[in-house]
Amino acid sequence: MSHANHHSHDEVGHIVPESLFLKVLIALLVLTVVTVLAAQVDLGKWNIVGALLIATVKASLVIYFFMHGKYENRIIWTYILIPFVLLAIMIGGVFTDDPFRSKPVPLQVTQQP
Amino acid sequence: MGKDKEVMASNAAVAEHHHVAPGDPPHIHHMDSSTAYGAAKLGMWLFLATEVLLFAVMFCSFAVMRYYHLSEFHDASNHLNLPLGALNTAVLLFSSYTAAVAVTKAQKGDNKGVVRNFSISFACGLIFLVIKTIEYTGKAEHGMFPFVWNEHFYEYKNFLGIYYCMTGLHALHVIIGMIVMYIYGIRPAMNNRYSGRYYTPVELGALYWHLVDLIWIYLFPLLYLVG
Repeated sequence: MSHANHHSHDEVGHIVPESLFLKVLIALLVLTVVTVLAAQVDLGKWNIVGALLIATVKASLVIYFFMHGKYENRIIWTYILIPFVLLAIMIGGVFTDDPFRSKPVPLQVTQQP
Repeated sequence: MGKDKEVMASNAAVAEHHHVAPGDPPHIHHMDSSTAYGAAKLGMWLFLATEVLLFAVMFCSFAVMRYYHLSEFHDASNHLNLPLGALNTAVLLFSSYTAAVAVTKAQKGDNKGVVRNFSISFACGLIFLVIKTIEYTGKAEHGMFPFVWNEHFYEYKNFLGIYYCMTGLHALHVIIGMIVMYIYGIRPAMNNRYSGRYYTPVELGALYWHLVDLIWIYLFPLLYLVG
């Protein structure tokens, strides 16, 4: 990794113009308004899907531009993506187990014969 | 005594040798500044990954609780103050923007710009906490607060439990982020510490603040909108 990124000059990292950050901020605020408006419409279970999709677009904008993800190498991207993969495995694992269990039966005191 | 003096003299020599001019990267043995920068950033991203996993456990519990108590979650979610939640979202997004600008300022060697932009982010963090306190107080007045034991809390205990856990842990991260921005951003920048050659702490501090924003991006719709 250090070989690929090794610069002999002193400057490190990529300088992102502030105007780009402003555009991203405006996009994030617009998406916030969109997500609030979308929640006023009753779409049943699609409400939460839509809300999570918009949130993921917003999160991607923050990671890609604000957090300089666009200019990062493959190792950092591995670190960015691993927690999301683990979260998916965890939620997936819980939901393939928990809802399919039989509901707990209240304990009953049985009388000795 | 003589030995002590020798040690002191050699310490002074070391300090002289390691003296770093403002704007220069610190001396790290066996590592040039560009490698140190890459290593520090990699370490920060690893730490952020563990932070995401900390919240991942809570998001997972939220999903399970919501699955079992769907109607309770819908009703309780409507009791949250949506305008205040939306306002807090905007405040955090704006603070994230100024934190990102602070990094660009540091890269250009504009220490005053770092102080200015991080101070705005810091103030936004304070505004966020004040609004959150107003919300918590409003809930407490209606009995919907932990340790205010009454029927209102018990009616929505599953939702309120996860709500206070998630927003409370997030608020803790806001406070930590503000401290980080002050110690590693504002205070050194006041002493012209940063330049295009060295701004690692500014970037890492900003990364932490973006994470705080990132978590809230998911918390807001889940808690306030869809319940």
